Amino acid sequence: MKFIEEFRDGALAKKLAAELKAEATGSYHFMEFCGGHTHALCRYGLMDLLPPTVRMVHGPGCPVCVLPIGRLDQAIELAKKPGVILCTFGDMMRVPGRDRVSLVKARAQGATVKMVFGSGEALKVARENPDKQVVFFAIGFETTTPTTAVAVQQAAKEGLTNLSFFVNHVLTPSAIDAILGSQEAQDGTIRVDGFIGPGHVSTIIGSAPYERFARDAEKPIVVSGFEPIDLLQSILMLVRQRNAGRHEVENQFTRAVVREGNRKAQALVDETFELRKSFEWRGLGTLPDSALKLKAHLAAFDAEVKFELPYTAVADHPACSCGEILRGIKKPTDCRIFGTACTPESPMGSCMVSPEGSCAAYYLYGRHRAPAQPRRTA
Amino acid sequence: MRRNPFPKKLELAHGRVELTHGTGGKAMAQLVTQLFAAAFDNRHLAQGNDAALLELPAGQVVMSTDSFVVSPLFFPGGDIGSLAVHGTVNDVAMGGARPLYLSAGFILEEGFPLSDLERIVQSMAKAARAAGVPVVTGDTKVVEKGKGDGVFINTTGVGVIPLGVTPPGGERAKPGDVVLVNGSMGDHGVAILSKREGLSFETDIESDSAALHGLVGEMLAAVPDIHVLRDPTRGGLATTLNEIAHQSGVGFRLEERAIPIKPQVSAACELLGIDPLYVANEGKLIAICAPGDADRLLGVMRAHERGRDAAIIGTVAEDENGFVELSTSFGGRRILDWLLGEQLPRIC
Amino acid sequence: MCLALPARVKALHDGQLATVELGGVRQKVSVALLEHVNVGDYVVVHVGYALTKLDPVEAERTLAELGRLEEAAS
Repeated sequence: MKFIEEFRDGALAKKLAAELKAEATGSYHFMEFCGGHTHALCRYGLMDLLPPTVRMVHGPGCPVCVLPIGRLDQAIELAKKPGVILCTFGDMMRVPGRDRVSLVKARAQGATVKMVFGSGEALKVARENPDKQVVFFAIGFETTTPTTAVAVQQAAKEGLTNLSFFVNHVLTPSAIDAILGSQEAQDGTIRVDGFIGPGHVSTIIGSAPYERFARDAEKPIVVSGFEPIDLLQSILMLVRQRNAGRHEVENQFTRAVVREGNRKAQALVDETFELRKSFEWRGLGTLPDSALKLKAHLAAFDAEVKFELPYTAVADHPACSCGEILRGIKKPTDCRIFGTACTPESPMGSCMVSPEGSCAAYYLYGRHRAPAQPRRTA
Repeated sequence: MRRNPFPKKLELAHGRVELTHGTGGKAMAQLVTQLFAAAFDNRHLAQGNDAALLELPAGQVVMSTDSFVVSPLFFPGGDIGSLAVHGTVNDVAMGGARPLYLSAGFILEEGFPLSDLERIVQSMAKAARAAGVPVVTGDTKVVEKGKGDGVFINTTGVGVIPLGVTPPGGERAKPGDVVLVNGSMGDHGVAILSKREGLSFETDIESDSAALHGLVGEMLAAVPDIHVLRDPTRGGLATTLNEIAHQSGVGFRLEERAIPIKPQVSAACELLGIDPLYVANEGKLIAICAPGDADRLLGVMRAHERGRDAAIIGTVAEDENGFVELSTSFGGRRILDWLLGEQLPRIC
Repeated sequence: MCLALPARVKALHDGQLATVELGGVRQKVSVALLEHVNVGDYVVVHVGYALTKLDPVEAERTLAELGRLEEAAS
C-alpha cells in the first residue's frame, strides 16, 4: 500500500528511535492533540521506543470523546421519534448516554438507527426512504466538517425535504486554546512543552492556524502524519526545537498538508456553517466560538430547527475521569475505575468507548504496562 | 409401478417457500424428496426415516453443532450452504476427530425463492461430497414472512477420534508451546463485508470457507499429540487466542510480522477501520503443539493444499493475566484483547 | 485527526465521484472537495470523500530526510 508501508518501516523506526535517544537529553512532555495519533502511538507500541526522557500527554482531539452526553441524548431522542431514521457513524453507536443507554441499546428498544460510513450514505438513505425523515448525526473536527457540507449542499440542490443534519462539528484551535489557557496549564499541573499537531484536520485548515499558539504560548508545534515513522520523526523535530529554544510551526506531513490548507473545502464550510456562540465540550467545559451550526438560510436542513429537541446537560459519572484525561491531567491508568468498572465492554465514559479515546487505546493495546506489574517472559 | 406421489412439479425456478412446506404434509415431503434428498443423495436419506441409522468405528466420539445466519446468503467464495458444511466439519475436526456424518436443519422464511434454496442446497451437497461427509438426516421448518432472514441453517456433525490420537483441548496449551496457523487471516470477514450494502468497496477477496479435516488428519498422523486445535471464526485470531489463554491459564507472545495477511485484506481493513486479527475466518485453524513437534507440524501443513501458507506465529507464555501480546514490527509491544461486541468501523 | 487513507484514483465519474484503489481494494468516493483530479493522482480519503491530493514528491522527500538526519546526527 503506497504511502503507508514506506512509513511503517521497522528499520527506519529503529533508526529514529536511536536518534531520539541520542538527542533527547533533557526532559520533554509533548501533547499529541489528536485521538488518531494516540491510537497510532498505542497500536504500534511506539511509546516503548521513546527514551524515558520523552513523555507523551494525550490530548482531547477525539470528537466522540468531547461530545457531551446531553447531545448524544438528543440524537437518541431523534432516533426514537416515529418516522425518523437516524444515520450515525459506527464510532458513536456504543457510547453510553443518560442511564447508560447508547444508540445500540436504543435500537434494541425500538429506535431506528442506521450505521453509515459517511454523509453521502445519509443522502442515499433519504432518497430511498421518501416517507421517512432521515437525520444525519454529524460529528467531527475540521476533517469531517467539509464532508457534511458537501452533503448539505447536495441536499439543498436536490430539494430534499426529508433529510436534516444534527450538527456537532467542533474546532481544533478552540480546544488548543482551552488546553493552553486551562488552570492546570497555568499552574503547572500539566506540562506541555510542545504539540504534535493534528494531521488530517490540517489537510483542511492548513498549518497556518497553529502559528499564533507557537508564537503566543511559545510552544513548538509539528503537524504530523499518522504512520509510525511520521510520529517518530515529528517527535524528533519537537525535541530539536526545544533543544534549540525554538517555538515554530513545522510541517512533517508535507505530502498531505500545505500552509493554507484546502481552500475549496474551507469555502464550502464557510458557505454552509456559522459559529455557535458557545458549545459544551465534555471535559473542557463550555467554550466560546468553538463549534458550528448550519447557516440560517439552510434551516430547512437543521435537525435542531426541524425537531423539538430540549437539551439537558448530563454530568459525567462521578468516578469517571474523562474530563481530566482529556485535559492531559491524568493518564487512563490514573483513573480509579479504569479496567475495573470501566472497560470497553461496559464503558463509563466516552474515552473508553471511542476507539480514539486514550482509555480505549490504553486498555486495548497497553494494559500490560498498567501498575499491576505483569510478568515478562524470560 | 408406484403412482408418482407428487404429480405437481416442484416449481424451483419461480416458486417460493410457502407455509405448507413446513407442515409435514405432502408439500413438505415433496420438497424434502425432490430437493434435499435428491441433492444430498445417500443411502441414509434414501431410507426416508426421521432418524439415520449409523455405524461408528471404535474410538471416542466427537459431536459439534453450529447454526448459520450469515448475511448476505451468497458471497464471493461461498454461500450459507457451503459454509454450513465446512463450519461443522471443521468443528468436529478441531476436536481431533474424523468427521463422519452431518445433519442439516433448515428454518425457511415464507416467500423465500426456491431457486435460491436450490442453489444453497446444491452448494451444500457439493461441499459435503467434496468433504466425503454425507448429510444423513435433516429437518425443515417454515416461519411466516418477516420472522426469518430468508434461511437459517443448523448443522450438527459427528466424528470419531482415530486411535492413538490424544484429543486436543483448549485447556491444554502449555508455556513454551508453539502456535501455528495454516494461512492468511481475515479473508472471510472481508469477503462478507464487501457485499454488505452501504460499504461500497470492491475487492477480489474471496471467503476462505473450506473443509479442513483432510489437513487435520495429516497433522494428527504426523503429531498425534497436538495440544490445541481451533478455528478462528467469529472474532478472528485475536478473540480465539484470548479464549484459549483463558481456558489454559496462559498467555501468548506473537510476532506481528509472522502472521500471514493478504495485502487486499489489509487494505480493506484499513479502509474500514477494523483490525484483520479480529475478522472471521472459515478455512483456517490455529494449532498449538509442543516445541519439539513444531517444525514437523509446519512441514506437514505446508505440504497440504490447505496449508501452503502455514506459519509459526508465536509461543505460549506463562502469564497469570492471560495477555495475548503482539510484538509489532517496531519492536514495540501491544495487547490483543477480546473482541467486544461487533467490530464497528471507525471514522477516526 | 481522523481515519483517512491514501488511495490512487483509477477512474473519474459523473457527479463528482471517483473510483480509488488502495492495496487492490476499490472504492467509490466523492471528489467534490478537490479542485482538479486526474486518474493516477493519489488522494487522502476520509468517510467516503477525498480531502486533498497527496504529493509523491514530498513523500519521497520526507523519506529521504530520514536518511540525511542520521548523517547529521553522526
